[in-house]
Amino acid sequence: MLELKNLYMTVNDENGPAKEIIRGINLLFEKGKVYAITGPNGGGKTSIAKLVMGIFSPSSGGIYLNGEDITQLSISERAHRGISYAFQQPPRFKGLTIEDLIKIARPGIDQLALRGTMRDVGLCPEDYLSRDVGPGLSGGEVKRVEIAQVLARGAEVTIFDEPEAGVDLWTIQKLIGILYSKFKDNPDALTIIITHNENILRICDEIIVIANGMVEARGSREEVWPLIKDDVECKMKEQCGELLTYEI
Amino acid sequence: MKFDNLSLDLLNTISDLAQIPDGAVNIRVNGEAVVRNSSALVTISPRDDGRGFYLEVKPGTRETIHVPVLITKAGIKETVYNTFNIGENSDVTIIAGCGIHNPSHSDSKHDGVHEFVVGAGARLRYVEKHLGQGSGQGKRIMNPSTKITLHRGASAELEMTQIKGVDDAYRSTVAYIEDQANLKIVERLMTEGNQTAESDVQINIVGKGGSGQIISRSVARDKSVQVFRAALLGQAECNGHVECDSIIMDKARISSIPQLVAEDSEAVLTHEAAIGKIAGEQLVKLMSLGLMEQEAIDIIIDGFLR
Repeated sequence: MLELKNLYMTVNDENGPAKEIIRGINLLFEKGKVYAITGPNGGGKTSIAKLVMGIFSPSSGGIYLNGEDITQLSISERAHRGISYAFQQPPRFKGLTIEDLIKIARPGIDQLALRGTMRDVGLCPEDYLSRDVGPGLSGGEVKRVEIAQVLARGAEVTIFDEPEAGVDLWTIQKLIGILYSKFKDNPDALTIIITHNENILRICDEIIVIANGMVEARGSREEVWPLIKDDVECKMKEQCGELLTYEI
Repeated sequence: MKFDNLSLDLLNTISDLAQIPDGAVNIRVNGEAVVRNSSALVTISPRDDGRGFYLEVKPGTRETIHVPVLITKAGIKETVYNTFNIGENSDVTIIAGCGIHNPSHSDSKHDGVHEFVVGAGARLRYVEKHLGQGSGQGKRIMNPSTKITLHRGASAELEMTQIKGVDDAYRSTVAYIEDQANLKIVERLMTEGNQTAESDVQINIVGKGGSGQIISRSVARDKSVQVFRAALLGQAECNGHVECDSIIMDKARISSIPQLVAEDSEAVLTHEAAIGKIAGEQLVKLMSLGLMEQEAIDIIIDGFLR
């Protein structure tokens, strides 16, 4: 169980006074469920994810994992506690191969599991394992490698930050299949997906709308969809064109 | 010949040797050749002054040759001249490298002057690793100087790595590339503490259809200083590229100076150079996979210099 209690975060603005970008977030996430966080750009979605991973620090409030206060723990310590985060724009590494990264994500992974994970994300292990996670990979390939690391880790809490951003339609479909098969109704997994994608929203048990650093709405798809329909469809058009927007 | 454990460790690090290999080999320890074996197709003979060797590879040879150098006694300063003549249509790998263990207050120095002539159609892979170690105040100094000529259709790849522990280094590399020949130089360099490393690479592409590539990756930590000059001269229809990437840390200083000179309108020469610190997002990414910050830094650097 992951709990965010009365979380605030302030950032310094070079051109003006400090700005509060997370304002009193209270959220409870339970194991076995898939949550979507959606909402307008700049609303605070990624900031929440980075607060949970320890990349950002809150100005006040607390983060609790299975009752333990992890607010002051480092990124590495939170990773060891079982939190995993798939970056929206994963960095590239000159000289580190895909195999290197997955083995860092899951030390001791055997070849069978390693290759299976690669196939899960649609990357042929023979062609990709020895390739650098460098400029030679496309944005979509880097994104799939990022998801492969998260799958390999098999963490208790997994956060995907806009997994659909920057990847082609085929990969999005493949990704939705992975999210569904690995995380939906998985009693051992607590999954949070930051997304604007209508098809990903379909597989989530709950949708949380974040805007202006606050929880604007929370509920089942049926409850929340009328509130976000126009924004999601607009975003889908931006990403995929007209053809893929439809009602749920 | 029996080596002590210290020498064996050094040999293993600089040339991946756990024992004296079969085939042509020349191992120089503390100023003298302690192992020198020729093979049926590769002849290694001493220079008259004893300061190095002539290595002759017969045409069509396929072989791996080891020529490492060790200095484990205090105060040795030497200049060694080695000449490599690679016969036409050969395909050889030469594993060189120098390891200095200096536990004393006197400086130890190895200046290796290598000259390669790569015959028409031959392929050469040359691997050179430099390592300094030892707790003494004496400096570990290595000044490698390499001159290479590639005849028509020859190709060569020079992998030159300064692993760590070398206090002062001046590296000079000059290449002449004839028709249809190609050369790739990969230089990897790590400096820390107050170490200094200076590298001058000059590739002269003199023949039509020749190509040359210089790839430099370096990491400078603490207060170390690096200067890298890479010059490409195109005197014919040719292709050349220089790529210098450096990671700078702490109070280090790096100068990266690529130079392109074209003397033929069909020469295509390009360069890219970048110096920067380790990207914060790389660190955060690896830490999010469970690594501590220092582990993440080490992995990024190891990968970068691989």
